[in-house]
Amino acid sequence: MKKWLEPLANAWQGARTHKLRSSLTILGIVIGVAAVIALMSIGRGVQAGILSNIESLGSNLITITPAMSYERGGVMGASSVATLTLEDAAAISEQVSRVIAVAPYSSSNQQLVYGSENVNAQIIGVTPEYQAAYNLETAEGAFISEYNYDSGAKVTVIGASVAEELFSGVDPVGQKVRMGTSIITVMGVLESKGSSMMGSTDDAVLIPLSTLQQTFSQQRTSTGEHIVSTIAITVSEQGQADYVVGEVTDLLRSRHRLASGEDDDFSIRSMEELVSTITEISGTLTLFLGAIAAISLLVGGIGVMNIMLVSVVERTREIGIRKALGARERDIWSQFLTESALLSFTGGLIGVAVGWGASKIISGVGIMGSEMTTVVSADIVILALAVSVGIGLLFGFLPARRAAQLNPIEALRYE
Amino acid sequence: MIRLRDIAKVYPMGNRELEVLRGVNLHVKQGEMVAIMGPSGSGKTTMLNLIGCLDVPTSGSYYLENREVSCLSRGELAQVRANKIGFIFQSYNLLPQLSALANVELGMKYAGGIDSEKAMTALARVGLSGRANHKPSELSGGEQQRVSIARALVKNPPLILADEPTGNLDSHTSEEIMAMLTTLHNEQNNTLVMITHEADIAHYCQHIIHFKDGQIEWEEAV
Ligand SMILES: Nc1ncnc2c1ncn2[C@@H]1O[C@H](COP(=O)(O)OP(=O)(O)O)[C@@H](O)[C@H]1O
Ligand SMILES: [Mg+2]
Repeated sequence: MKKWLEPLANAWQGARTHKLRSSLTILGIVIGVAAVIALMSIGRGVQAGILSNIESLGSNLITITPAMSYERGGVMGASSVATLTLEDAAAISEQVSRVIAVAPYSSSNQQLVYGSENVNAQIIGVTPEYQAAYNLETAEGAFISEYNYDSGAKVTVIGASVAEELFSGVDPVGQKVRMGTSIITVMGVLESKGSSMMGSTDDAVLIPLSTLQQTFSQQRTSTGEHIVSTIAITVSEQGQADYVVGEVTDLLRSRHRLASGEDDDFSIRSMEELVSTITEISGTLTLFLGAIAAISLLVGGIGVMNIMLVSVVERTREIGIRKALGARERDIWSQFLTESALLSFTGGLIGVAVGWGASKIISGVGIMGSEMTTVVSADIVILALAVSVGIGLLFGFLPARRAAQLNPIEALRYE
Repeated sequence: MIRLRDIAKVYPMGNRELEVLRGVNLHVKQGEMVAIMGPSGSGKTTMLNLIGCLDVPTSGSYYLENREVSCLSRGELAQVRANKIGFIFQSYNLLPQLSALANVELGMKYAGGIDSEKAMTALARVGLSGRANHKPSELSGGEQQRVSIARALVKNPPLILADEPTGNLDSHTSEEIMAMLTTLHNEQNNTLVMITHEADIAHYCQHIIHFKDGQIEWEEAV
């Protein structure tokens, strides 16, 4: 037998002598490790899910909205003052580099009626750049074109859910719907993207921004510029968001004539920033879940210690015999430490398998009806195994010391 | 080989002290076969444990192969036990979960490492090569004691200590075991110190020590 295998074989022999007891000990570690793996896989899964949602929206996106202004004088709450304009958007696309698309838009709530069906929808007035900014594809028909926008055409592109609700069974493209007091023609249907925490484009009703302004609201600033509610910008490459945010902030501050001490009258957020915030939050969440599960691992470790203490007492005579045969204290130490480390490592291995299985089941079945993706990654598995060996050594320490320090004569006399 | 000078061993018993050995002086020559006799409770086992480095004397000095061992640390004592001493116990003290062969191998484990061939040879010398894979519970008392003799002899230590090795055996088996011990002792030429109650067992030895109340009462050389 290979020399380094011998202590392991001896430990295995020792564990096998008491199969039931060893199994119960292992069970505590199995449950602990399985819980760590399963819970952390859920945490990682949630994180991956959110990030892929953002990815589908376009992680190069920057959105600018008017700043919340907190009214002084008693009324609690915040309201936003319309400060962004079409002209701001035009200036950005002319003067800021590393920008692919600048898409200003506004919205208005209107009733949509087709035959006997009607839905209340948020109508968004967009420019053709909106398609590039939000990564939109049409499943049928076409997106709003430059020509549609310039001419203020009474056309709309609708999301998949809206199409479903209004036109069940009918091909929506070419159909006319009533929107408020106007009649509008459906020119395209967006590809479904599923829902995300950012709202769903499946519920969108898009019309040219020019049409929205002419038909429903014609808001202008005191200087005569056309007000929009949001400006979306796509950055040319990942990692450029900070640069573009800085440039846009400078440009808008000068256009809005803000003095150097004054707060921005707009708020600007990049997806990159959001992604890093979410990664951080969900990382913390994952750790937290892992820490909760680690408590059960700790309990498992105490179980190992308990069993090892019993085992030391039970094998007092064996320890005495080994000492009489010349075993040094460190021989006894390593014998018991190897045994407890082996027990908990075995528990760790089984726990990884069980936890992995559990996370597969969770991602298949979901939790309380809602879908759940889980991700088991190598680092968690390695960590869990290392921790379980560590627990074996840590909680085997006291019993092993007790065994090593037994007086050989008393140990030999022990019945 | 063994030289004891004014060895005393005192056990604290509550607030009193129990003097188990009081001034033992002994000289055992290399290659001798020694029997220790005496009434129960006279301190024979205590003295054998001291000679076997399982315990240290309260006072006095003990030289083993001209080296003073009464002042060694626990780790050094373990090394002496591993390399110099083989024990044979009255109750065999085999590990129940191990086979006969593995029990013999255990005798080498702490003395330089296991050599399965040597262990098999040792088992053959006590006539048990056919029982190598039997657990102690599957062997008779005499066979178990033979396994324990093989375990003590397998590392060929200079000193063999036996505490009533035939105490649990019937007289016929006792004679077999003693014949075997004598033969092996003559072959390996190591020193053997043995505690026994029975005079006819003691007469296998050349040197008999009579013990009483923690002292040597008298010695005889045969
Ligand atoms: N660890 C101990 N603590 C207290 N008393 C002990 C201890 N070991 C032995 N004794 C006592 O020492 C005396 C001698 O014991 P022992 O050497 O075993 O005698 P023997 O082997 O001659 O029968 C006995 O009275 C016993 O009770
Ligand atoms: Mg005795």
